[in-house]
Amino acid sequence: MTDVAAPAPRTLDVTSDAAKARIRRRYRAEARFKFCGLAAIALTGLFVVTVLSDIVLRGLPAFSQHQLVLPVKVDAAEIDPSGSGNPATIRGGDFQALVLGALRAEFPHATSRSDRRLLANMLSSGAADVLRDRVVADPKLIGQTVTVPVLLSDDADLYLKGIGTRITRVAGRGTAAVSGASGEVSIQSSADDFAALTTDVKNFLSARARALRQETERFRRIAAQASARKGELEKSLATAQGAARAVIEANIKAAGDEAETFSQRAKEGEAAAATLQARFDNREGSEALTADLPSLLIAINGGMVKATEIDPGGIKGEVVLPLTSTAEARPGSWQVVTYVTPESNRRVNDREVTWLERLREKGLVENAFNWAFFTSGDSREAELAGIRGALVGSALTLLVTLTLCVPFGVAGAIYLEEFAPKNWLTEIIEVNINNLAAVPSIVFGLLGLAVFLNFFGLPRSAPLVGGLVLALLVLPTIIIASRAALKAVPPSIKEAALGVGASHQQAIFHHVLPLAMPGIMTGTIIGMAHALGETAPLLMIGMVAFIVEPATGITDAATVLPVQIYLWSDLPEIAFQAKTAAAIMVLLVFLFVMNGLAIYLRKRFERRW
Amino acid sequence: MDAVVEKTSQAPVTFENARPKITARNVNVYYGEKHALKDVSIDILENAVTAFIGPSGCGKSTFLRCINRMNDTIPIARVTGKIEIDGRDIYDRSLDVVQLRARVGMVFQKPNPFPKSIYENVAYGPRIHGLARNKTELDDIVVTSLKKAGLFEEVKDRLTDSGTGLSGGQQQRLCIARAIAVSPEIILMDEPCSALDPIATAKIEELMDELRENFTIVIVTHSMQQAARVSQRTAFFHLGHLVEQGTTEKIFTTPEDRRTQDYITGRFG
Repeated sequence: MTDVAAPAPRTLDVTSDAAKARIRRRYRAEARFKFCGLAAIALTGLFVVTVLSDIVLRGLPAFSQHQLVLPVKVDAAEIDPSGSGNPATIRGGDFQALVLGALRAEFPHATSRSDRRLLANMLSSGAADVLRDRVVADPKLIGQTVTVPVLLSDDADLYLKGIGTRITRVAGRGTAAVSGASGEVSIQSSADDFAALTTDVKNFLSARARALRQETERFRRIAAQASARKGELEKSLATAQGAARAVIEANIKAAGDEAETFSQRAKEGEAAAATLQARFDNREGSEALTADLPSLLIAINGGMVKATEIDPGGIKGEVVLPLTSTAEARPGSWQVVTYVTPESNRRVNDREVTWLERLREKGLVENAFNWAFFTSGDSREAELAGIRGALVGSALTLLVTLTLCVPFGVAGAIYLEEFAPKNWLTEIIEVNINNLAAVPSIVFGLLGLAVFLNFFGLPRSAPLVGGLVLALLVLPTIIIASRAALKAVPPSIKEAALGVGASHQQAIFHHVLPLAMPGIMTGTIIGMAHALGETAPLLMIGMVAFIVEPATGITDAATVLPVQIYLWSDLPEIAFQAKTAAAIMVLLVFLFVMNGLAIYLRKRFERRW
Repeated sequence: MDAVVEKTSQAPVTFENARPKITARNVNVYYGEKHALKDVSIDILENAVTAFIGPSGCGKSTFLRCINRMNDTIPIARVTGKIEIDGRDIYDRSLDVVQLRARVGMVFQKPNPFPKSIYENVAYGPRIHGLARNKTELDDIVVTSLKKAGLFEEVKDRLTDSGTGLSGGQQQRLCIARAIAVSPEIILMDEPCSALDPIATAKIEELMDELRENFTIVIVTHSMQQAARVSQRTAFFHLGHLVEQGTTEKIFTTPEDRRTQDYITGRFG
């Protein structure tokens, strides 16, 4: 058919070295690409696992809570002196005093002011809640003895969870003689128990002196560098002119100050190290056991003595738990107990540790699932704080968001995708919806603050306003997802409907929309998950307030889960760190469930045409 | 009850005295700047199969879509000229396009059943047009339509199964059943067999021959054999022009235009 002479056909070169090299290069490139992909996935997986395991490890302790199980005598005089049986009167009774009385009954010897205060601090301020509820529900309990769980304070709880100190116990080798059963006592051992302990203490001091000297050395180096810098600056000052002079002078002053501060610190450190060294060198001398040393206690004759001073021959100390007798203790029947973490580095002191250990030995401590975490609102006391308020707030806020977003978003998407004329106006609207999806969320918060709070005067911190702001935030997401879902429905379906005489609207509402619904729902759920995790805009409209009572309506003050996490993460108490991680776990569970639902819907209703 | 109005068939059809169902005069279609259809004038006769043939992009589908105003759904399309059905201008402002489409059914190139049950596919049209007063009547329409489309025997036990689960040929016959369920007067078919195998094609062609008794059928086809087999009249389009029209026999045996001859003898296209 064609007259143009075709060039001689070239055969594909597959055998030459160049061809082989080309093939090898191609294989190498493919292998390289595959490796990069796998490495990226592995790295991402590693990050995810690290983050999740860190959160879970931190958060798990918050799901359990230690409590004492104490028999409490419900004294009518404290609760309902007049015997009225009026629930309000009973509710107002001083149950805390009853519970505390029951705890004090376990330690009758702890009568000093400081001891009584320590015992009171071991209990949570909500310790009597269970007892109160029980007595209010059943006033016949007044006058009887009731065994109830009593909530411990967060510090005591943390100690029992193992975040306190390591405890070592060494059986005594010699026969121990104790000078008394209570108060200040001294204990001597017939063997070299205490000599060894003294050496340990002295070695500890020596190690600390060594560390101090290293630090001193560092300070001295810094001071030397600073003074050298000062010297150089002074030299350059001689040639400097005008404004540069002032800068150099300021720098000279700063360098001088630095040199002085650090040489001062070095001096102090040196002196402290020398003192420690002197104590170490004085091998036979007695040593005061201060709060910055590991605590030594002697468990003897059913009691406990905290050593305050030690020498190779024995210890002096005070009785923490009274001894049953002052008889000599046989070798092996007494123990040297060491609380390895120094008292000054712990939230619970030696007395509290000893008492808690005693309570644990008696089987009065119980580790229960922390239902309060889900059933109570926020609190300043870590052991009483829960996420119920935040969950209710989140639910109400999302409810408002959902009821606003879905009708408006879907209707907007249908109009823009199927009905709107294609002109510059709709073009601008489309571009701006896409832009809106990229606006930082804090800006929506500012908008909410300016419009909903200041202009419309809606209540501050309310789920209503939070929901409105989040609705604005996720509306673009839902519109974009819904439009994509509508666009994905093949036009043949619409044509088929039009072909049998359906109107445009009938075609869309009877055929296109139902087919787009899974996509729309997926987009909505992902938008809602986004709204659930959003914090910044809610801070702007005041949902960051400390709110104890869960909201009962959309105009009540409330907080939401991510804001609760933000609030808790800011608190200094260690127990709140666990609460923070636990709340994150709850939030993540909700997010995973929502995203899982979106994936399920997508898979379940996926259609092939 | 039979939803389709029975008409007495006049066999053998003498097309010279048959009434024109559709009359098109000077129809031009523009897609934006593109002039897709140029001055097409044609009479399409009642109760006959008219085939539009021509190479790709010649405007035959465009003209077909003008007859039930399907081109309205394309925003950039613009139609001038006059198309009348039974003497009534279909581009008249007072005419309701939805009613027009109910009178002029359409079957598309690719089978496009709704992703719903077979029953629902057929029942949808009658339902939105209120053709059935109750469930029994609707059932009746569905069964009759499926029977007319020659599909009933194959699907009678699974009317609740999804229409998309049928084979390609069955799907296309379902689409035909769906189209005839609303008792149209005209059925437009846009290359209805291009996605089907020869056996399914044969069934549809057979069906067209039966449907001719009750409906006016316009079919766009790429297959000249098909045009020769099913149609009584043929129109040849080329580059937007209606080159030649007449009885199928005449077009295929003694074409007047050189281009028609070249096309049907396979010299281009």
